[in-house]
Amino acid sequence: MGQREGAAGLTTHAPQAAQAVTLPTTLDEAVAALGAVPTAVPVAGGTDLMAAVNSGQLRPAALVGLGRISEIRGWQYQDGHALLGAGLTHARMGRPDFAALIPALAAAARAAGPPHIRNAGTLGGNIASAAPTGDALPVLAALEATLIIAGQDGARREIPVSHLLAGMEMLRGGELIGYVRVPLLHAPQVFLKATGRTGPGRSLASVALVLDPARRGVRCAVGAIAPMPLRPLEAEQWVAQLIDWDNDRALVPEALTAFGEYVAAACIPDPAPESDGSVPALPPAVLHLRRTVAALARRALGRALS
Amino acid sequence: MSNEAATAPTAAEPDAEGEPSHGLGASLTHADARAKTEGTFPYAADLWAEGLLWAAVLRSPHAHARIVNIDTTHAREMPGVRAVITHEDVPGTPRHGRGTPDRPVFASEVVRHHGEPIAAVAADHPDTARMAAAAVIVEYEVLDPVTDPEQAFEAEPLHPDGNLIRHIPLHHGDPEAAGEIVVEGLYRIGRQDPAPIGAEAGLAVPRPDGGVELYLGSTDPHADRNTAAACYGLSPDQVKIVVTGVPGATADREDQGFQLPLGLLALRTGCPVKLTATREESFLGHTHRHPTLLRYRHHADAEGRLVKVEAQILLDAGAYADTSADALAAAVSFACGPYVVPNAFIEGWAVRTNNPPSGHVRGEGAMQVCAAYEAQMDKLAKKLGADPAELRLRNVLATGDVLPIGQTVTCPAPVAELLQAVRDFPLPALPKDEPEEDWLLPGGPEGAGEPGAVRRGVGYGLGMVHMLGAEGADEVSTATVKVHDGVATVLCAAVETGQGFTTLARQIVQETLGIEEVHVAPVDTDQPPAGAGCRGRHTWVSGGAVERAAKMVRTQLLQPLAHKFGMSTELLQITDGKITSYDGVLSTTVTEAMEGKELWATAQCRPHPTEPLNAAGQGDAFVGLAFCAIRAVVDVDIELGSVRVVELALAQDVGRILNPAQLAARIEAGVTQGVGIALTENLRTPRGLVRHPDLTGYALPTALDVPDVQIVKLVEERDVVAPFGAKSVSAVPVVTAPAAIASAVRAATGRPVNRLPIRPQAAVATDR
Repeated sequence: MGQREGAAGLTTHAPQAAQAVTLPTTLDEAVAALGAVPTAVPVAGGTDLMAAVNSGQLRPAALVGLGRISEIRGWQYQDGHALLGAGLTHARMGRPDFAALIPALAAAARAAGPPHIRNAGTLGGNIASAAPTGDALPVLAALEATLIIAGQDGARREIPVSHLLAGMEMLRGGELIGYVRVPLLHAPQVFLKATGRTGPGRSLASVALVLDPARRGVRCAVGAIAPMPLRPLEAEQWVAQLIDWDNDRALVPEALTAFGEYVAAACIPDPAPESDGSVPALPPAVLHLRRTVAALARRALGRALS
Repeated sequence: MSNEAATAPTAAEPDAEGEPSHGLGASLTHADARAKTEGTFPYAADLWAEGLLWAAVLRSPHAHARIVNIDTTHAREMPGVRAVITHEDVPGTPRHGRGTPDRPVFASEVVRHHGEPIAAVAADHPDTARMAAAAVIVEYEVLDPVTDPEQAFEAEPLHPDGNLIRHIPLHHGDPEAAGEIVVEGLYRIGRQDPAPIGAEAGLAVPRPDGGVELYLGSTDPHADRNTAAACYGLSPDQVKIVVTGVPGATADREDQGFQLPLGLLALRTGCPVKLTATREESFLGHTHRHPTLLRYRHHADAEGRLVKVEAQILLDAGAYADTSADALAAAVSFACGPYVVPNAFIEGWAVRTNNPPSGHVRGEGAMQVCAAYEAQMDKLAKKLGADPAELRLRNVLATGDVLPIGQTVTCPAPVAELLQAVRDFPLPALPKDEPEEDWLLPGGPEGAGEPGAVRRGVGYGLGMVHMLGAEGADEVSTATVKVHDGVATVLCAAVETGQGFTTLARQIVQETLGIEEVHVAPVDTDQPPAGAGCRGRHTWVSGGAVERAAKMVRTQLLQPLAHKFGMSTELLQITDGKITSYDGVLSTTVTEAMEGKELWATAQCRPHPTEPLNAAGQGDAFVGLAFCAIRAVVDVDIELGSVRVVELALAQDVGRILNPAQLAARIEAGVTQGVGIALTENLRTPRGLVRHPDLTGYALPTALDVPDVQIVKLVEERDVVAPFGAKSVSAVPVVTAPAAIASAVRAATGRPVNRLPIRPQAAVATDR
């Protein structure tokens, strides 16, 4: 069946309105384009932005497309670190060569949604959207990654990803996230996510856990249960000193369970005691979330040490 | 899911078993398959007309509020705005509603649910229209919403019609009867949204004669036309509804509260007006499945034979009645399921609340009770220490048994055969037996599943549903068949919603007339009515009308030949475009016999009448019944509570298979909708306000959530009262699948699982 013609010259084609779109090919051009039109909005994968446009919540006066900037679509090595381009798609990060470098980020990228979202959505977009359920965010928090921000006239500044997510430092007008600097730890890393379904979905809770044998550290971040990823620092230090770093790192199951509960209690604390000293019980849904975090943290540590 | 079928829309290939290439029993491919796959099929949202205006609807942000004042001055003054209409601008009947017309076109004094329309705007740009709608100033006095259906009985009336929409007290048998074994349970079913994949859209074009044409994805065009005409103060012949492509319908898809403002705006402005709902509006606008609270007590003897069932069923109808009375009749009538229950005392209520309105969604009423009575059967089996399938087999219904409504089952009811088929089907292999295969753990391929925490469970569900409207509804359909130049055309106002009616209509004409090229004309209200596309009506009623019309054409075609050779038309036979007599003396082609003729015939199909349930819930209320048995196999991560359905083995009573490929697709679609109810689909409305009205927050099943669907057995026992003996197939898998999945999760975790969808915390089994 082709087009259907009806009364009053009905057709199935609406005229399209033209949009002001710039397609720079370098980071500096992109920053310049943003500087030239202060109302312009940068767009990479568009998986969040276009949803807002389609629902009428956002009408950008102009768009700066970042898809043609080849320098931010790959990665390079820099003194023990990987410098990841902000334009890396989830699909690219999910591939085996990337997984060999930063396994937890690759696992988060593979879990980040259905294939069409992973093909379009980017690392930089995940950070810029800063949704609580952003799957890359707990991994970046656990890796203590830093962001390299591109400003006007070739300016570059570096801020920790946690500072941006916590709102301690913000992107200024006309700035773009250029790269994400991530340490190469050469040790097991795990990302686990609970969604409540088998198909791709938003995480109810996620745990990223990385081992840092050089510094004899365990770093863990819990995602989706708070506006930004949470780091259970005491639990990390406690478990790091239990591990025999020079030999078999495995821990007894009781220690794994205790770690899980430590992490869960740190991230979802008991309510403050009442004036009479009694501690009110957590609502069942919150208790389940705490149990989920404990199970994820226990499983993550177990897999990292096995 | 059915990518293969969609990318190869060639003529059906006869398969190895000699399946025919056309006519009944062939797997004919849908005529629109290619256009739909390639994205060229025109839906209402794709339509455009020169000089059109865009509409937007202002909806209530409150669940319950008194409207003190509506000020449209600012909205009217905005540049580009052509009309702003409210309840004051409805020239005709200001109320509408399927079933019961209790719903205002625009709220005037009070809003009764979140998303109720208050005003509509037409402007020259969609953004202008939305901004103008937002600029209508409504002064509300917010009232306490009644959101708990149990509170509705005591609450102040929310509507002039009162809060009780229907009450059915079913009494059947001896109230004193008691069994040795008693099990009780309280069950809750959530709010499923039909979530059509294409949101509502429409275009209204004013006519020079003062009438209006509406281009809509309507599934019941004539009823919608009559409502629209009454609302506009026009006669029905001044309003025409042209049905465009329907982008998904598992319910009465179109919200009339969306259609009516469209035509009002077109009549007011004299311009074509288009409205495309956002996903949020779609969730707020159309009706949902009834959230239900069920309390059950089953009595059985020591062998597990049912003695008595007592139940209370409370349907949350939301703010307006819609088809809640019908849903309640189904819920009460099928409250005991496909089992022989000599004594039944079922009390059902449908009540009004300030929640979003509920209405027709596939298998309404029957689905909710199925989840509850099957949970009761599991409890009974556990208490008796019996095998759940065995216990069910001791109680199953068969043809000739009497339903609790007093109606005798006259149609085929091979329930035992269906259950045995799924029970005896080999279980899927355990992962440890297939170390080569990748094991998809609960939580998905990149989830957190750990094999050591996974338990497997097997459960059963037996379900039943009625076909066609019940309780005296006039289920009539009219169809016309035209043959000219060797090509047949079917004109029937039965809307193709994806259920495959047009394909069936083509096959019926092919079968009857031996003509291979058959077209089905697009639907509009200039054709005679065929009724709503729901409850499997069109296969039965419209299919029957098409067959009768085709037979009348056949008689017209063969009469002259028969007369010439002095034999009756029954002795002539049409196969592969050739007409032959029984003795082979006469042989000619259809083309030759048709030479220079154009044959037309119109026929109606009206199934035998039914009667309403009386004051004791008794009556021959249903035309036909369909049955299904499902065995579910699930894997549950008992620490995280994540559930993966591994396999659903299904056996169904289908009467007669008219199109094998389409039948399998309908069953898979039904099962998928059932998986959604069981695991993920629940539109949450805390304090009456719809939360997350989008497809990220409202989780529809994806290909990974839907299991391997094994169609183990299709029982072809013809239903003598149905045309071709065929039963409709879409609804009963929806009814049965959630109950089977819940049963399997119960078996895996030992938890009661008395709430659907199953929340992860209800499937955690570590602190047992």
